[in-house]
Amino acid sequence: MSIRDSLLAILDQGPCYGYQLGYEFEMRTGGSVPLNTGQIYSTLERLDAAGLIQSSGADDEGRALYTITPAGREDVQSWLSTPVPHDMRRNELATKLALAVSLPGIDIAHVIQTQRHAAMNTLQELTRLKRNSSSSVDGLDLGWSLLLDAHLFEVEAEVRWLDHCETRIARAIAENVDLSVPLNPDPPKRGRPTRAPASSASHTNATPKGADNVR
Amino acid sequence: MSGSAHSAANAQPIPAVRHDRDEIVLELSSVSRSYGTGDTAVTALDEVSLQLRRGELVAIMGTSGSGKSTLLTIAGGLDRPTSGRVFVNGTQITGLGAKKIAALRRKTLGFVFQDYNLVPVLTAIENVALPLELDGISARAARRSAKYALEAVGLLELANRYPDDMSGGQQQRVSIARAIVGDRSIILADEPTGALDSVTGESVLSMMRQRIDSGAAGILVTHDARHAAWADRIIYLRDGRITDETRANTLDGILATGA
Repeated sequence: MSIRDSLLAILDQGPCYGYQLGYEFEMRTGGSVPLNTGQIYSTLERLDAAGLIQSSGADDEGRALYTITPAGREDVQSWLSTPVPHDMRRNELATKLALAVSLPGIDIAHVIQTQRHAAMNTLQELTRLKRNSSSSVDGLDLGWSLLLDAHLFEVEAEVRWLDHCETRIARAIAENVDLSVPLNPDPPKRGRPTRAPASSASHTNATPKGADNVR
Repeated sequence: MSGSAHSAANAQPIPAVRHDRDEIVLELSSVSRSYGTGDTAVTALDEVSLQLRRGELVAIMGTSGSGKSTLLTIAGGLDRPTSGRVFVNGTQITGLGAKKIAALRRKTLGFVFQDYNLVPVLTAIENVALPLELDGISARAARRSAKYALEAVGLLELANRYPDDMSGGQQQRVSIARAIVGDRSIILADEPTGALDSVTGESVLSMMRQRIDSGAAGILVTHDARHAAWADRIIYLRDGRITDETRANTLDGILATGA
């Protein structure tokens, strides 16, 4: 989540002071991304240095106000019209299942079932939150509800993917495919020795612990 | 959502619905259903047991061919199990003749299907009143009950519309009204949101949930986890067997963990 772009988009609505920006941001995003004061002011300093905002005096209470510059307005438009890229680097669950499916002696069906239980409980809880949330529609209620929807769709996709995995694994087993891949008897010739430099023979006796150290 | 919950609470209660929350309204006991014989026999349901209590919504999930629709038709007395017993409000329907099952079904159970199954030449209120009239209740009394049921799903103002003049979501709400009309209090829904867009589908589930919270009970067959999440319990079927069950629990601060 780009705090920088978000705060700039709020400033596009008119001059604000730092605490006010944090309040406006959290109110509009349901508190899903908490901001601390230090973060807000350091962001404002960077925006100022980049010429995207400027100091514009103080309000009646003496709080320092910031105003967006024309370059800042351009930045907001550019941010809103740029798609958020999908982050494919980290998917802990996918990596965990990919690993587990190939390791001998692991009950992969149980791993999937446990995950699906947790996902379904999350879905039920999110649905309960949604049912209890206000149906009166202003932008803030709708924003909060859309945030809940985002989580709901994401977890739903996870459940669908788990079902898909389960079916594919069941099909592979039905076709007598041996999914388990034991430790490679001929592992890469690099790794941190436990004590003295080991002979190549000791590599083949590598324990799972030793395997952890292989880089 | 508080607004719609209020209006539902202000609506006329469904007549003759009792509120004994622990009361088992529907029970399947070791139910099996197979089709064909010998080598070609197919087991659609295999020793399935299930209890449904008043105020409870149970979702049945599974891939196509898992037996979830078979379960629903047997629970609703539309089909008979090969073995096992089915009880509706304490009455074993598996031993009853076809006429008695049909009568019990009309009085107690309501089906909600993906394609609504409304009679196109009847208005909304006539569709809802139909099962009562088939049961010999006077047209006037049936209409009065139908009115309550339509009010409960927020559609009283469309009572005289024909199905073709209503949106998919409205038609599905009519079929929910038909499922709860009179003394009917068990809703058996087979992919009720299948033909609806996601927002309309949600409003239909919300309506169904409200009726169940106010004293009905229901089974929801779905392949969609997001829809199953409206249920108190989720039962997974695979190859005709119950393989798993998830119950609702409360995870506090679920969104805070994403912070």
